[in-house]
Amino acid sequence: MPGFALRGVVLRHGDATVLDGADAELPGEGVTVLWGPSGAGKTSTLRLLNRLDVPDGGSVAYDGTDLADLDPRALRRRVGMVFQRPTPFAGTVADNLAVASPDADRTTMQQALERVSLATDLLDRDADTLSGGELQRMCLARTLITAPETLLLDEPTSALDAEPAQEFERTVLDLVGGGLTVVWVGHDAEQVRRVADRVLELRDGGLVESREWELARRSSS
Amino acid sequence: MTISWTGLAVSLVLVVVAAGISLAWRLGLERSIVWAAARALVQLLIVGGILVLLLAPGVSLWWSWLWVAAMLAYAAYTARQRAPSIPGLLPVAGLAFLAAGAVCLLVLFGLGVFPLTSRTLVPMAGLIVGNAMTSTVLAGRRLQEEFADKRGEIEARLALGQSGRDAARPYLRGVLRSALSPQIETTKATGLVFLPGAMTGLILAGVPPVQAVLVQAVVMFLVLAAAATTTSVVALGLVRRLFTPDDRLLALSRART
Repeated sequence: MPGFALRGVVLRHGDATVLDGADAELPGEGVTVLWGPSGAGKTSTLRLLNRLDVPDGGSVAYDGTDLADLDPRALRRRVGMVFQRPTPFAGTVADNLAVASPDADRTTMQQALERVSLATDLLDRDADTLSGGELQRMCLARTLITAPETLLLDEPTSALDAEPAQEFERTVLDLVGGGLTVVWVGHDAEQVRRVADRVLELRDGGLVESREWELARRSSS
Repeated sequence: MTISWTGLAVSLVLVVVAAGISLAWRLGLERSIVWAAARALVQLLIVGGILVLLLAPGVSLWWSWLWVAAMLAYAAYTARQRAPSIPGLLPVAGLAFLAAGAVCLLVLFGLGVFPLTSRTLVPMAGLIVGNAMTSTVLAGRRLQEEFADKRGEIEARLALGQSGRDAARPYLRGVLRSALSPQIETTKATGLVFLPGAMTGLILAGVPPVQAVLVQAVVMFLVLAAAATTTSVVALGLVRRLFTPDDRLLALSRART
């Protein structure tokens, strides 16, 4: 499965240097968590992976091809992203799914909702009436309906209560079991231990794999 | 009806009233008020002098067209000065003024609403450009605010594989509506709430009221068309500049007003 390769990546955020010549490999399987202190630039780093931002130096490659040489719209359909806060568009849940996949019929949309454990009768509900947890699942379904190979998650449960956060977590791990690759920006150490197959830490301008974590999935794999 | 230089001098009492109010309330605006009034008077006198030259018998219409071109360029420059935080406004504003000018002047002179003379061309072009400038700044600021506020949604659309243009479209409608609304409200209130400047001027100058009303109606429609054309050109032109060729949304600060 395709993964990412960072080569000499320099990334500045305002006056701060987030990455300073970073080299890293993100394998095309399982869950890779990006970890680091608040404000370290985890989100900025994640945004490089679907070209919502570009590095100030060096290169990022996906599946062996420099992102600069890929059509960004095609890349973003292969590499989906769910943001920290739910980003519903105006209209119903079906309207939201249609933005991602204008040709999708109702059956396809219902299957997308089932994949994220949402009731299919929510399709005609106004997105604004959903709870926070439901909204974030809808955003996940909206991304999955484009059939991405890799999913970028930017602290997707940080705005959720404990229970919906764990439901979201279980849904994502089920998807990973089905072959989806996930890059997850972590904010909660307990969650990282539960979901991660490997942890890359942002440290001193580099992105290095940390072996210090006791990862539940590493011992089980 | 004419006004004498003495009459003009006496009317400066009104500027003194405005400055006096500023002094009484300690607003600190006295110098600005006096400076604005003096500047406006000098600018009007200069324009009046140029109009005397342009409207003199035997002067080629091309001089009036040259004056119109200079107005367009200066208006684009002024629009950028008024909204410096909007990226790439100067060329977009210039294009919008050209489009608004072309549409309005073609209708006015091409369809024979007015005869094409220096006396009609210069003031009509001035009206178009003046209103287009206001619409440009308003549309530019609304666009910048909307895109800064809705950045998350727009980037979510980009992340789903939409192009910048497609991702922007739902928000453009809102920008166009709110940028055009003030002009529509003004048009609706005309005659009931206030008497517009052109009509007031014509009546003061002794033109029969019905004729003044007809001219004013044409002017209102002109202003409406100029605002609609400018707003849409500015919105579409700026959207192209807010995205990179690889469909990334540029960093935007909220508009400074």
